[in-house]
Amino acid sequence: MPVLPEPFAAWFAARGWTPRPHQLALLEASQQRRSTLLIAPTGAGKTLAGFLPSLVRLSEPGKRPRKGAGLRTLYISPLKALACDVARNLETPIAEMGLKIRTETRSADTTLARRQRQRRSPPDILLTTPEQVALLLSHPDAPFLFADLETVILDELHALAPSKRGDLLALDLARIQSLAPGHIRVGLSATVARPSELRAYLMAQTAPDVRADLAHVIEIQGGAKPDIKILEAEEGVPWSGHTARYAIGEIYEAIAAHRLSLVFVNTRMQAELLFQELWRVNGQNLPIALHHGSLAAPQRRKVESAMAAGQLKAVVATSTLDLGIDWGDVDLVIHVGAPKGASRLTQRIGRANHRLDEPSKAILVPGNRFELLECRAALQAAEAGAQDAVLSRSGALDVLAQHVLGMACQAPFDPDVLYDEVRTALPYASLTRAHFDRVISFVSTGGYALKAYERFAKLRPAEGGKLRVANARVAQQYRLNAGTIVDSPLIKVRLVSGGRRKSGAARTLQGGRMLGEVDEYFIEQLSPGTTFAFAGEVVRFEGLRDTEAFVSRTTAQDPMIPSYSGGKFPLSTHLAARVRAILSEPKSWRALPPPVAQWLLLQQRRSQLPGREDVLIETFARSQRHYLVAYPFEGRLVHQTLGMLLTRRLHRAGAQPLGFVANDYGLAVWGNGDISRLIADGRLGLAELFDEDMLGDDLDAWLAESSLMKRTFRMAAVIAGLIERRHPGKEKSGRQVTMSTDLIYDVLRRHDPGHILLEAAWADAATGLLDLARLGEFLARIKGRIRHQALERVSPLSVPILLEIGREQVFGAHEDVLRSAAQDLIEEATGA
Amino acid sequence: MAGLRPESLVLSDFSDQPMSVCGKAFRAHMSGALFWPAEDALIVADLHLEKGSHFAARGHMLPPYDTRETLHKLAEVIDAYDAASIIALGDSFHDAEALERMDEADRETLAIMLADREWIWITGNHDGEAGAALGGHVLDELVVEGITFRHEPAAGARTHEIAGHMHPAARLVMNGTALRRPCFVGNGLRLVLPAFGAYTGGLNIMDDAFLPVFGEEGLSVWMLGQEGVYPVAARLLRED
Repeated sequence: MPVLPEPFAAWFAARGWTPRPHQLALLEASQQRRSTLLIAPTGAGKTLAGFLPSLVRLSEPGKRPRKGAGLRTLYISPLKALACDVARNLETPIAEMGLKIRTETRSADTTLARRQRQRRSPPDILLTTPEQVALLLSHPDAPFLFADLETVILDELHALAPSKRGDLLALDLARIQSLAPGHIRVGLSATVARPSELRAYLMAQTAPDVRADLAHVIEIQGGAKPDIKILEAEEGVPWSGHTARYAIGEIYEAIAAHRLSLVFVNTRMQAELLFQELWRVNGQNLPIALHHGSLAAPQRRKVESAMAAGQLKAVVATSTLDLGIDWGDVDLVIHVGAPKGASRLTQRIGRANHRLDEPSKAILVPGNRFELLECRAALQAAEAGAQDAVLSRSGALDVLAQHVLGMACQAPFDPDVLYDEVRTALPYASLTRAHFDRVISFVSTGGYALKAYERFAKLRPAEGGKLRVANARVAQQYRLNAGTIVDSPLIKVRLVSGGRRKSGAARTLQGGRMLGEVDEYFIEQLSPGTTFAFAGEVVRFEGLRDTEAFVSRTTAQDPMIPSYSGGKFPLSTHLAARVRAILSEPKSWRALPPPVAQWLLLQQRRSQLPGREDVLIETFARSQRHYLVAYPFEGRLVHQTLGMLLTRRLHRAGAQPLGFVANDYGLAVWGNGDISRLIADGRLGLAELFDEDMLGDDLDAWLAESSLMKRTFRMAAVIAGLIERRHPGKEKSGRQVTMSTDLIYDVLRRHDPGHILLEAAWADAATGLLDLARLGEFLARIKGRIRHQALERVSPLSVPILLEIGREQVFGAHEDVLRSAAQDLIEEATGA
Repeated sequence: MAGLRPESLVLSDFSDQPMSVCGKAFRAHMSGALFWPAEDALIVADLHLEKGSHFAARGHMLPPYDTRETLHKLAEVIDAYDAASIIALGDSFHDAEALERMDEADRETLAIMLADREWIWITGNHDGEAGAALGGHVLDELVVEGITFRHEPAAGARTHEIAGHMHPAARLVMNGTALRRPCFVGNGLRLVLPAFGAYTGGLNIMDDAFLPVFGEEGLSVWMLGQEGVYPVAARLLRED
């Protein structure tokens, strides 16, 4: 083990600190110039550990390079706020030790003058995000900027790597490897199920076909086990819902009994609702605040500093507070709703008590009975220290297209050389040359089977077999559209005074304080007069103008919040397996609250319980409707896709399906046809119904009209640079973009079904919104393991699923809506 | 509900719907084309041929199949009515150079379509007289049986007019579902056709731009679906 050099040793001693073993181990690895992955639970001080080797190296007098040199250390974080926070935290040691190290941050908010100066006269340490690194690498002066780079620090790597941003980052690292072959990488990560994937991600893959090169790893074992309880409310867990309104009294008491509580929920709307409920019972006037991604930035900043200043008692938050930054002395985490994944829960619980040796304290509050089972499963996983395995991914082709254009903007490139460079990035290690060439052709002319655009090519041949950008406008387009985050169109919410007349109101709406932003699809469902909770208050929707929604204050007590829009995270495979295990082991039910155990016993008596490896299908009739309920426990996305496909097939089998509903645990399809009888008569076979071949033609036919698929395509089209990203104040509203990419999608599917962008969108759908990969695994797993139970009446287990009916879209919705609108008009006109 | 005769609606088949303009009977087709049985004429607006290649020339490589797609759709609806004349209400080409960029196969398709029937290119603001090179008549306006066909609706409260240019679309919110589709919009006295081209977006008919054309009252709207064209009450429609 190395010894901490001066002035670091003195600085540590002055603070009464001893360097921790992992800090020294990382210092040693860096001195040996080995890339290293540091795995540590929250609270282990891994950010300081990550920077220590860089600070030591930068302070060594003999090693300062010539004047006017490039960057020495590059820190990359998924959040720009985290980069700023880390920069602030570095100021203290640098100032106190009197180190001559210039540290700067760079983000989209950095002024143009400062950004230009950073390129001319780079700081020693630059803290930034993957998008900014991509932009820096696309400039002609990138070799100057990066040539002296010694260390790249990648923070929250577990969150960044398995995503499109992670693909972009991997490609950036591959280029940095070429510009600064001697640099090393330090990855900082929370505990993960498969460290070897992140270790490989950190390394340039030199022989991708043969074996993976792995980075060195330092792992800090978790400290005290967290103290997690499931809240047992007096009222008992309800059948359905996600808001935990039933337990509001107990949640409030827990908040009152602690110093500072973080109350995590899964969606922004849940956050709003819970916040309302808490204030309704807030007899002691406790300072309880709200924090989520839709709120205006100044409001979020205010909450953050109030937390840090110890002025708050509780903050209701969504995933915006999941990562990185510590805003105060949290001593309790309350998790309301389903945990969804073991790793995510561990991360959130880790926000409480940032000292390794003391247990973090957490209370889980399930919203309904299924969520209670999920909470049990999550608790078991936490006790076992188990993590969800993140599927290794192959790099997205749309991201590659963006990168190729960026590299062309930097300098003319040789495709052979770039292909080799790209394959050193782990996500692209198995990229075929054919795919690479198709991406090049896409970037240049769109890559269509019909060679119509050769004369408009964006890449032109240059000397030595190289390719260069056709003109300066291409580079300009690249810089405006770089990045992989494509948000669904957001609508600004402004507060105006109410009481406007209904007709033409929207035309006079303007001004007003901005409260925050909401997804366009949410606003789409509202008509003027509808009330909803936003930014912690109940507001009345007044109207929409361009990309702004106008709301007014209202005295209404209960907001008419429309459907629960679900979390972004489906139930993880790992937790799903644990939930199935609990269900299949009646012995384990003793640990459950009595009403829940009785519910399962009743299910056992009336029907059957889903097993560990099979799937249970129930069919029954109720009020002249026939139902088929399946319990795959594969998450909402899989069930939605499955629901769409089953409805199609049931329609063909003559079961006259009318609609379906899905949640994280199962799905129900209903219709006019007697499904039990169809099965009994042998006219409908469940094995055929659930056959994997549904992923063929049926899927294909559905995808043609699926709005999820169109949204996926739009994202790929933006990232790949086919269409322009929207910019504030610049032309097109989000809706027009949606419109035109839908048209492009339709045309492309019909005329060029093998096009690379469709392939990219399909790959996204497989892992993303449609979760086809998981659906495929499920269908394969249950082959020959379908258990059918025909029932006389509704089964106990199906009740929570059936209660969701009315919140989901139904089969063939759009054409039906048009038909009923037409019918409505006929009735109006004929006086019926 | 001027212009709509509900008793004649056939609910089982929405593929076209009857409508009238100043007493003349037309049929609105789900493709966005309008058929005039008495004159055996088919009317289409805003084909915007070669819009894709127009974008490509500016660095956005949209799929180059829009012309093919639009012509295919046009051929289908011509066949469906076996129309003797075609009136293209302007902006048939996305720009004046569109024909030069057009693929040879697509030019041939157009030539075949033009060969067998009377074809009238009304000039639009995008295309000028681009259609002249293909044959057919190029006109600024056409008056048949007292009905004026022009590209852009004339200013003021006109009657006896059928036009394009505006790319009307409607947004319907019903039963918790919102959808936005191109539409025919009229008031019984004048009519604006939806844009027919594959890459044409739409402008919401609640937009101020429609006020001078139709005023505030008495709009009739037919929205285009996948399987039909549907009359929809204006009270169900929303702004964007």
